[in-house]
Amino acid sequence: MKPPTDLLAAPVLDVPADDASAVENPTVGIDQSAGDFTYDVKYEFDAGNGLSEDVIRYISSVKKEADWILEFRLKAYQTFLAKPMPTHWATKDLENIDFNKIRYYLSQGTKPKRTWDEVPDDIKRTFERLGIPEQERKFLAGVEAQFDSEAAYSNVKDIVAKQGVIFCNSTEALREHPELFRKWFGKVIPTGDNKFSALNSAVFSGGSFIYVPKGVKVAMPLQAYFRINAENFGQFERTLIIADEGAEVTYMEGCTAPKFSTSTLHSAVVELVALKGAKIQYITVQNWANNVFNLVTKRAIAMEDAEVKWIDCNIGSRLTMKYPGVILKGKRARGEVISIALANDGQHQDTGAKMIHAADDTTSVIVAKSISVGQGRSTYRGVVHIPKHLKGCKNNTECDALLINSNSRTDTYPAIVVRGDTHAVQHEASVSKVSEDMIFYMQQRGLTEAQAMSLAVNGFVNDLVRQFPMEYSVELKRLIDLEMEGSVG
Amino acid sequence: MPSLEIRDLFVALAATPDKPIVKGLNLTIRTGEVHAIMGPNGTGKSTLSKAIAGHPDYVITSGDVILDGKSILEMEPDERARAGLFLAFQYPSEIPGVSIANFLRAAVQARLAEGEELDATAYYKRLYSKMDMLKIDRKFTSRSVNEGFSGGEKKRCEILQMAMLEPTFALMDETDSGLDIDALRIVAEGVEAMRGDKLGVLLITHYQRLLDYIVPDFVHVMYDGRIVKSGDKTLALELEAKGYDWVKQELAATTA
Repeated sequence: MKPPTDLLAAPVLDVPADDASAVENPTVGIDQSAGDFTYDVKYEFDAGNGLSEDVIRYISSVKKEADWILEFRLKAYQTFLAKPMPTHWATKDLENIDFNKIRYYLSQGTKPKRTWDEVPDDIKRTFERLGIPEQERKFLAGVEAQFDSEAAYSNVKDIVAKQGVIFCNSTEALREHPELFRKWFGKVIPTGDNKFSALNSAVFSGGSFIYVPKGVKVAMPLQAYFRINAENFGQFERTLIIADEGAEVTYMEGCTAPKFSTSTLHSAVVELVALKGAKIQYITVQNWANNVFNLVTKRAIAMEDAEVKWIDCNIGSRLTMKYPGVILKGKRARGEVISIALANDGQHQDTGAKMIHAADDTTSVIVAKSISVGQGRSTYRGVVHIPKHLKGCKNNTECDALLINSNSRTDTYPAIVVRGDTHAVQHEASVSKVSEDMIFYMQQRGLTEAQAMSLAVNGFVNDLVRQFPMEYSVELKRLIDLEMEGSVG
Repeated sequence: MPSLEIRDLFVALAATPDKPIVKGLNLTIRTGEVHAIMGPNGTGKSTLSKAIAGHPDYVITSGDVILDGKSILEMEPDERARAGLFLAFQYPSEIPGVSIANFLRAAVQARLAEGEELDATAYYKRLYSKMDMLKIDRKFTSRSVNEGFSGGEKKRCEILQMAMLEPTFALMDETDSGLDIDALRIVAEGVEAMRGDKLGVLLITHYQRLLDYIVPDFVHVMYDGRIVKSGDKTLALELEAKGYDWVKQELAATTA
């Protein structure tokens, strides 16, 4: 059989591919290498370095808060002081956080602008460089852009606002919607949940407040962007999302910080409330600079027939400790955590999930995939709790770890407590290493070692990434490519 | 005319560099030619192909491999690939989560100049035409590379990659192993379709069977790390009839 002529194409070109050009136009502004810049900003309000009752009073007075909030903060401060560092189970690296050096509040004012034109130039150029206004036009229902302690910009599209959806920052919410806010504030995550939730409760500023009225389904995602600009800064946003009965909402958050030589602290508290039949999807793609301690408490409560899904991607930071959870409070409630973590040299991703079953016929799913590169360390910690008095609860936990180099590290600590005999629980875990043969195979097809590694890692997380909105899956792929680029020598 | 020259090549496992497996092999392949290397198991056939492709488990202790007048020994495996060398693996690796379409797309993209973007429409058009040529179902390319594939599917996937990457020289390592007769025919037809004056092929095979479908221009018998006999396609038939012992005896007689 003779070949048709059109199949005999030109010989293969001998051109080495160089794929280092990915940085220039980040899709959703979370590319850390693109985020590694800082402009001088003149702060009108600055609480100075270190933490004290005076600092807390200062923050509260700048925000012109009601007395009960100040009291709440001061009480939380005492709880923070009383709580020990959780180093009996967590890494000793926590002891390297110097609470006296951190700046707890920096802002140019507490009223975010509604149009980008009104945002002060020195802040606006940061967000423009990160591409935030552009994304907003393209695919978002609303955006809140936080710069250090306060939102510089906050806007929700008219079509969404007309449905009665509230989307603002916590400072505004406390002023304008105190009754809604107070009802759930600190109810899903009590102040004393852990040392860092107490710290957040004492000094919180910014973060999103979302209320979606009964039966309203928000079609496009709402997005918040958290930017740390100042050195030695601590960002303590507080987010509360309430989806009323039958409501549906998707929220996405992204974040970056410049790379400073000193450490930065990001310690958020995020509470989600999904009332009867509501659905909340919360997506985080996080790519902090590798000097950031990222210690975040995230938890949801799901009432009858409600569904909460956390999609949590952690790339970057020095240490991340984050275990999104769902309290399955109502019958047939469903909770899901999809977690992807990538730990590179000098990074520790200590992530996982918590599923607390508190009603009959509740279902929880945890899928966690971690990648350890170089001397990076990834840790999975999971809690699944099903008490004896319940019936028909289901949990499925799957955690897979991929090791890139022979000195990479992964640990898995699943804690599953199931009492009673009408439940179904499944746990699967795997650890694999990228094999030399697989890399050689890909190299033989013309991919460089780094491209081959990157493709192997993207393949490993592919089934999870497919669940992301398009813009985020593209961005995540790019971030993985960037991380893998420097991983082979 | 491009050529692939193997000059007095010695190859050992990287772990045991003082124990050569390939011991002074010479062979020159030009585009337009199909060479077959036959030989008993354990004689160094697969070692030869992996060493030429740059597998890290093997070390070339002396000799040279020259592609278009340039030694490739200092090149990384991916550079050798982009220079026009293709290895069809005896045991292709699985790449979980990476579809054939995406894998090939990355491989094609890797051959473009820096800053040049792959034309996705043209890529898929070309991919589908190659698949039609190889009688491969469209659904095939959405599957993860080699994951859960039968022996025949793995080999067909290798041939598809070869068709898309259009190498100057293809080393085909035991491409017939694990194939039933129908699969063998399809694979052989694929290679025959690509055959022409822009491609040189080195077929490594244990059996004559494949050579019924891909008729070689040259046949070489490899034994104990060397080529000990070369001839045309009739040599393969002779081998089939007389077995490898015939070569061994002949060799013993000449060296005695």
